[in-house]
Amino acid sequence: MMLSIIARKRRGAFELDASFELPTPGVVALFGRSGCGKSTLVNIIAGLLRPDFGRVALEGTVLLDTARQIDVPPEHRRIGYVFQEARLFPHLGVAANLRYAQRRAAAPSFVSLDRVVELLDLAPLMNRRTHQLSGGERQRVAIGRALLTQPALLLLDEPLASLDASRREEVLPYLETLRDQLAIPMVYVSHNFDEALRLATHLVLMESGKTTAQGDIGEMSLNPGVRAIIGADAVGAIVEGTVLGADASGLTRVRVGHGELKINTDMLAVGAKLRMQLLARDLIIAAEAPRRLSVRNSLPGIIKTVTDDADNSDLVGIDIGGAIITARVTKAATRDLGLVPGLNVWALVKAVSLRSHSFQTRP
Amino acid sequence: MHLTPAESEALYLSLSVAARSVLVSLPFAILLAWLLTRRQFLGRTVLDAFVHLPLVLPPVVVGYLLLLLFGTRGPIGGWLERAFGVELIFTRNGAALATAVMSFPLMVRAMRISLESIDRGLEDAAKTLGAGAIDRFLSITLPLMLPGVLAGAITAFSAALGEFGAVITFVSNIPGETRTLPLALYSALQTPGGDSAAARLAIISCVLGFGGILLAEWFARRVRRLLGR
Repeated sequence: MMLSIIARKRRGAFELDASFELPTPGVVALFGRSGCGKSTLVNIIAGLLRPDFGRVALEGTVLLDTARQIDVPPEHRRIGYVFQEARLFPHLGVAANLRYAQRRAAAPSFVSLDRVVELLDLAPLMNRRTHQLSGGERQRVAIGRALLTQPALLLLDEPLASLDASRREEVLPYLETLRDQLAIPMVYVSHNFDEALRLATHLVLMESGKTTAQGDIGEMSLNPGVRAIIGADAVGAIVEGTVLGADASGLTRVRVGHGELKINTDMLAVGAKLRMQLLARDLIIAAEAPRRLSVRNSLPGIIKTVTDDADNSDLVGIDIGGAIITARVTKAATRDLGLVPGLNVWALVKAVSLRSHSFQTRP
Repeated sequence: MHLTPAESEALYLSLSVAARSVLVSLPFAILLAWLLTRRQFLGRTVLDAFVHLPLVLPPVVVGYLLLLLFGTRGPIGGWLERAFGVELIFTRNGAALATAVMSFPLMVRAMRISLESIDRGLEDAAKTLGAGAIDRFLSITLPLMLPGVLAGAITAFSAALGEFGAVITFVSNIPGETRTLPLALYSALQTPGGDSAAARLAIISCVLGFGGILLAEWFARRVRRLLGR
């Protein structure tokens, strides 16, 4: 087990009662509304906050066990922490902030200063003072600084929340690079589902101090609790695809399950992995093989589930061969087409949201 | 304006006493400011009040208490003399001690204000970057409270230049040893026909004070610029 946490803490009227596990090196998104206790939980993992009762273990090392009086101080936990507000030291320049971490890093080191500077594009910033940096630049330096502690785990507490949308787009690709280039496990705290989708492999849902659900992010994107936060229109399955090549008209052909989607995107290398979100509202179900349609993308599959959804509609889960996608249809359609588990159908895809280019599933 | 030997002696003595007083009290003031802002312990309020006592007591009382404690027959003074051969009474070191005690609360106050303004999150960040308690204090807390340390030191230095009551009570008014500017001014006023000498000493004090304030302002600006505020 990569990371396992149990923590209970009472603070006035607020009660934290959380537990989750990250089985493989990956990125777990700690997702929930503001004030649900995500930051409290992350501070407990880092050792900045002590729970009333709890246990934190990382790669088999027990960092905290209140029952056995074990409490490794934060400076010895080998956990990197990127705070929402960067927290760069104002009396040190950018280079000195990075060296501060490097000098105190525990062996063994897996990433060098040069590599961090390269991965995060920090070279042009090295000679600046911290107050001369933009919000996005500050976060890049803070991420670099956290990496230079050679952490076994990286915690990111809403690192993009204080940035506007365009600055966010400046930083997100760097986080994707870190995930793909350094196989460092991360806990990514966010109340922004799009960010979680782009970065995470797992999702832990937190609601008023409690971890209420967790699992693979593809499954969790359909969770009712998640749905309640992101709204019905944002519900959609996450599927992975493999690039097959380009078709005659220049669209990229991607294998998804047993079927194939044609996507308008920059040409990617054959064999590259893609992660896509198929929003439930963008799928149409056909009960027989479709012909003469404007929608070009259709995936054959078998209905697995039909569940009740809000607004007089149903969510239909369709197995397209190794992946389940979800379509929203009206109850009238469910009845008229006779949509029941086991039925062979075709899912017509009106739109595909590409979530991640270079995503690689690690072993 | 040329200074007479007596005037330059008093000026030099004032500066020397003030410098000694600041140097001696600085580490204690930093420690106390840190204790009083960052630690919760039994008797904190009492300690806080005790530190502030010289602000509200008449300086003569402080001088008298110092005499009792640090006199040759006092519990601390006697021990210091036997163990280290350090004599405080009637010496400039004694004058430095008296001014240090008097200006101590001012120094601690300035440091506390700047300590309280430090974002505790920066210290938490240092923890996660692998810095232990002493490392954190030296690498983060102390540099960030430096404006307060400087402000405290300069305020205390200026106050030390002007300290009168505690000094004259504890170490008397000995030319060349404890007769600092204010004491020399006092003596001139007591001497018949000493009016012009007193006026000259007053002008020297004013120039010194004014220069001190300007210097403090310049320092504070430099430090602020360094911290990018």
